Amino acid sequence: MSYVHLSIALIFVILPIILSKTLNLGLERDTMIAVVRSIVQLLAVGYILKFVFDSENMIYILLMVTVMIAAATQNAQKKGVSIQGITWKVTVTLVVIEVLTQSILLGFKITPPTAQYIIPISGMVIGNSMVLAILFLNRFTAEVETHQDVTELILSLGGTPKQAIHTQLITAIKSSMIPTIESQKTIGLVQLPGMMSGQIIAGADPMQAVQFQLLILFLLLTTASVTSAMLGYLSYPSLFNHRMQLLRGK
Amino acid sequence: MITDYKPAVNFNHINYSVDGIHILKNITESFPEGKITTLVGPSGAGKTTLLKLCNGLLSPDSGEIYIKGKSISSYEPVELRQLVGITLQSAPMINGSVLKNLALPLELQGRELIEKDAKNLLHDVGLEEEFLHRPIKDLSGGQRQKVSIARTLVNRPQILLLDEITSSLDRISQQEIEELIVKINQKYKTTIIWITHNLQQAMTVGNYTWVMMKGEVIETGTSDLLHSPVNEKVRHFLKGEVK
Repeated sequence: MSYVHLSIALIFVILPIILSKTLNLGLERDTMIAVVRSIVQLLAVGYILKFVFDSENMIYILLMVTVMIAAATQNAQKKGVSIQGITWKVTVTLVVIEVLTQSILLGFKITPPTAQYIIPISGMVIGNSMVLAILFLNRFTAEVETHQDVTELILSLGGTPKQAIHTQLITAIKSSMIPTIESQKTIGLVQLPGMMSGQIIAGADPMQAVQFQLLILFLLLTTASVTSAMLGYLSYPSLFNHRMQLLRGK
Repeated sequence: MITDYKPAVNFNHINYSVDGIHILKNITESFPEGKITTLVGPSGAGKTTLLKLCNGLLSPDSGEIYIKGKSISSYEPVELRQLVGITLQSAPMINGSVLKNLALPLELQGRELIEKDAKNLLHDVGLEEEFLHRPIKDLSGGQRQKVSIARTLVNRPQILLLDEITSSLDRISQQEIEELIVKINQKYKTTIIWITHNLQQAMTVGNYTWVMMKGEVIETGTSDLLHSPVNEKVRHFLKGEVK
């Protein structure tokens, strides 16, 4: 595809702007900002990726993964500001996920140790982990707030913080994992995954594309479970003090 | 000041605040051992906070609390909460049967509640044995409150804190709970500290009374003080002029 063709594709941007103006949705400005940002950000990433791929230098690969983790942490931690030390907890979770998945992929030689594989797969893993962290933190903080009386009851009867928060923690872990599991049940039937579609459009063998897509799906399952469980077990102790009291805004 | 009995709980210059608002101000008093002490006073007086301090759900900003002569901070939190049981006004019930709720305190310690003990507990709180396997959702407000008290009693606390446990009950259920409180106190020699809005209950059931207002203990003594209070603020409160 040439830049001319890409410019023609801007028709797909004009249509929603016209629709927004006609229906008085007031989304014209936001749509324009979104389009401009996506063009600038993706072109910048494109040039950076090209540079990193050409250089084949591990330092640049590490640097890119670090930037991804930092950006994902910054985004996810906003949902858990009430949890003490949430920034380092999210960072540790994302680092563990990245190290775990890449160790398996590279250790078993499932993917080659090149930027072309490490960076896109890291992006998908870290991005998915970030969404999971946001889903988990949203639900967990809501569960803690709603069921404060149950937590207090269990503590008052001589339960430990872990026992007092167990139900809320499990509910939040489960509910954050459900979208990943459910979306995988209908994959291929309702929609073709983006990465697979991209490979097919780029001319790859569909079976090869399917194999890679399955690899990513398996990775995302691990990402979902490890992110939620790890973040959960790192987060809950900060809700209590050494006297086993539930901390509230004091 | 109540001085003629050995104290079960002693407060020494207790202060507690939330977001800069003083909830409890310089409380120095004690609850007599083996007696029923009622806490009365308008809403927002700090009564529930005081109970939560005794059970270790909260800690004071300053001052010292002594439970049975020992500083509260020298108790392990779990040990303290088994020694000082609390039944809160809005204590939630666990979904499932009455037995499941009664078994909870022992389950938290990795132990099992045997059915015979569960039946004895029900008997203690005036409920028939057949309630044991009944779903909690099928119980009336009064029955739930009795199960809630029985659940607290599983740990055999030496001090029992009760927070407005009769406020939402009808007169008959209220009377049953009043009788139950006296029975627990007499049978197990349990020290009972009971927050109530019902002054009649405080006079008839309680041995001692504290009147609290705006985080302070205004007057303490035997429950007779509610008939003839010394303090003017207490007189206003008893006349219903302070809400």
